[in-house]
Amino acid sequence: MSEENTQKHKSFLEYQGKYKGILGWILSTDHKRIGLLYLYTMLFFFSLAAIIGLLMKTQLIAPGHTIMGPQTYNSLFTLHGIIMIFIIVIPGLPAVFGNFFLPIMIGAKDVAFPRINLLSWWVYIIGIMIVLTSQFLGDGPPDTGWTFYAPYSFRTPTNVLPAVFGAFVMGFSSILTGINFVVTIHRMRAPGMSWLKMPLFPWTLYGTAWIQILATPVIGITLLLIIAERTLGIGFFDPALGGDPILYQHLFWIYSHPAVYIMILPAMGVISEVIPVFSRKGIYGYKAIVLSTMAIAFVGYFVWGHHMFTSGMSGRALYTFSFLTFLVAIPSAIKVFNWVATMHKGSIHMHTPFYWAVSFLFVFMIGGLSGLVLGSLATNVHLHDTHFVVAHFHFIVFGGTGFAFMSALHYWFPKMFGRKYDEVWANLGWGVFFMGFLSLYLPMFLLGMRGMPRRYYDYLPEFHGANIASSLGAWVMVAGILIIFANLIWSARHGKKTSEKNTWGGKTLEWQVDTPPSLENFDEIPTITKQPYDYSDHSEKLNQ
Amino acid sequence: MTIHRDDLGDKFGMWLFIFTELLLFGMLFVVYAVYRSMHPEAFRIGGQELDVAMGAINTVILLVSSMTVAMSLTAMQKGDKTKCLQLLGATLLLAVIFLVNKYFEWGTKFEYGLVPGSETLQELGHGTILFFGLYFFMTGVHALHILIGIGLFIFVIVKVKKGDVHKTDYIWIENTGLYWHLVDLIWIFLFPLFYLIH
Amino acid sequence: MTNDEKTHIVPYKTQITVLIVLIILTAISVAVTQLEFGNMNTLVAMVLAGTKSFIVLAWFMHLKYEKKLFPIMVTSVVILFLLVLFVTFFDYSYR
Ligand SMILES: [Cu+2]
Repeated sequence: MSEENTQKHKSFLEYQGKYKGILGWILSTDHKRIGLLYLYTMLFFFSLAAIIGLLMKTQLIAPGHTIMGPQTYNSLFTLHGIIMIFIIVIPGLPAVFGNFFLPIMIGAKDVAFPRINLLSWWVYIIGIMIVLTSQFLGDGPPDTGWTFYAPYSFRTPTNVLPAVFGAFVMGFSSILTGINFVVTIHRMRAPGMSWLKMPLFPWTLYGTAWIQILATPVIGITLLLIIAERTLGIGFFDPALGGDPILYQHLFWIYSHPAVYIMILPAMGVISEVIPVFSRKGIYGYKAIVLSTMAIAFVGYFVWGHHMFTSGMSGRALYTFSFLTFLVAIPSAIKVFNWVATMHKGSIHMHTPFYWAVSFLFVFMIGGLSGLVLGSLATNVHLHDTHFVVAHFHFIVFGGTGFAFMSALHYWFPKMFGRKYDEVWANLGWGVFFMGFLSLYLPMFLLGMRGMPRRYYDYLPEFHGANIASSLGAWVMVAGILIIFANLIWSARHGKKTSEKNTWGGKTLEWQVDTPPSLENFDEIPTITKQPYDYSDHSEKLNQ
Repeated sequence: MTIHRDDLGDKFGMWLFIFTELLLFGMLFVVYAVYRSMHPEAFRIGGQELDVAMGAINTVILLVSSMTVAMSLTAMQKGDKTKCLQLLGATLLLAVIFLVNKYFEWGTKFEYGLVPGSETLQELGHGTILFFGLYFFMTGVHALHILIGIGLFIFVIVKVKKGDVHKTDYIWIENTGLYWHLVDLIWIFLFPLFYLIH
Repeated sequence: MTNDEKTHIVPYKTQITVLIVLIILTAISVAVTQLEFGNMNTLVAMVLAGTKSFIVLAWFMHLKYEKKLFPIMVTSVVILFLLVLFVTFFDYSYR
């Protein structure tokens, strides 16, 4: 394509490849376009699942039948979980921002296997389609919860098969992305970028990719076993045939706990990018963050049993898992310490991505500490399957991954679209969202401690007060989401154009390429000599 | 865009894929270990229902095919296209023979009604149900991998014939070979765990 | 990046030797089934299968000739699997 050389500065958004129009997107192997494909898919399904969440919270505003009955409620929380977990947060940050920025941040022109990268998006879309058919075909939408616990998942008459099979298919997408990223990071770093000169977002993607590779097959085979159980009656999880349903829980959580780290590690990576930039100060304890990332990835593999404390496991398994769970909290705490220490004596620049990053710290701490409450055996027995658990994982998954996603979106938005968004509206959106978030989920801790179980459409009158606060919070939070999305969507189309390379004063490579990046990212692959967060020049500038 | 070629990277990717396969089968081995520890006697009796000779023959078939596919790589590296094609063809043939054997083996089990969901099996107790459930599921998933392998071999043979795979670009043979060895590796464990229970 | 890595061509002879060793090991594993080691039978079978897979990995899958990174990764994955098995049996061994 040498004749295209004169146009090499055209941005990837305008670049005209083999295909025109929409085909130029859904058949593009450009990592940046694939990243945006994931982004659009996720924003669509996030909106859908958020509406479902809102309906559920509206149902819970008063005891008894408000707007739906038990069966509808059961299938809604199942669909909400499946969409949010399998379609949004598991691919989440790696698929969107990893695809878009990993190659740029390590000084590569694309990922190692661009065509497999596109395939992975297609597999993802096919998986989504299969999952969605479960809603319309057969004997009604599945009502098992996203965990598909045996033996209910093969006894319920509802249409569980497509949901399970769709999740299985999406697993392939996750694996392919993981393989792509590990090979890309090993083989395609720019000259001079030794492992310890690699920025932290790629580092966390590296840890995540390994988990995607090593844990996803476990859920794959587990879901296949559920399918075999439903269709052939092989009896592995059926007590009537000698099977052990607890073994299903083991297999399910051997994947699904590491999956939590698939969700949260890249979020930690984003925060590690944003905080130094807006503090104009190098990250505190770079090596500690790298090490703790890999430690989380490894130890996180052996703590799955903390989801099963009340399942009837052996006593020895109980305290082993509890102990390991407490261990895995240490590296997360190290990171929080590092972020706070980075801000200390930094020159803080308050912008929208930074608002999201610091509020991440706040909600992530609440989520993490409530996780320790659930990780200790005695308290777990009391809190298991209550709203406390719901609050805990929404603080981690939504408060952690979600806030980091918003931070990343506002941080990299100008680079991705070549346009600026309105910061006043963005900050307002953040404020409304944050207030709504707290008032939605904080009361759930209280409700859980007082004994309100989760996954019921109804509750005792004594829980009414806190539920009103929670449901109103849901409406406020959705208002915040609307402000944020409206602002970003409007800005992506009509915002002020910018070709400013370095919007925020970042030091990593993505701030040295064109805005928006050209098809091949770099005219010339740079040679790396410095640490990724070298702000030594900043202190000089201040003295001028 | 410049054509990016990185053979080591491609092989790296294949190994990562192999790891996913190892863990996928690994979890089935976990299920196996759990139920065998619960029903050691039923598993022993169940194992005696299987045909050791048939299993051993299939083991040897897979081992030989592993060698032929490894040799086809050597042939291609030496630039001997004809020999490479012959060896790939031999591997393909062996893979088909393995499946034919498996078909007859499964066939006899169906005749005796030792199939998940059958009434005969229900009467034989929990351990036996689980043993034959595992037997069919694990050898079934393994056979599925053989089928995929057959598809891959046909694909590679065509590529070699067309000259897309040649003396200086043989990563397709190498990666297909790696996949096939993996299939062999799994069988190396399936054989003693089902056929040779003492 | 190009195909700049040195390639090691494994001679046919080595591959035939490897096959013969593997077949002998298979024969042994069938033969020992007739012997009585009590609980050790499974262990013996697994050791033999482990040896066979080591040979396949090292020679047929070329790990012997690859960059160090590859055998290190394979070993780590095997250890990971064994640890998962081990931790699972914290439940099943003590119920
Ligand atoms: Cu967990």
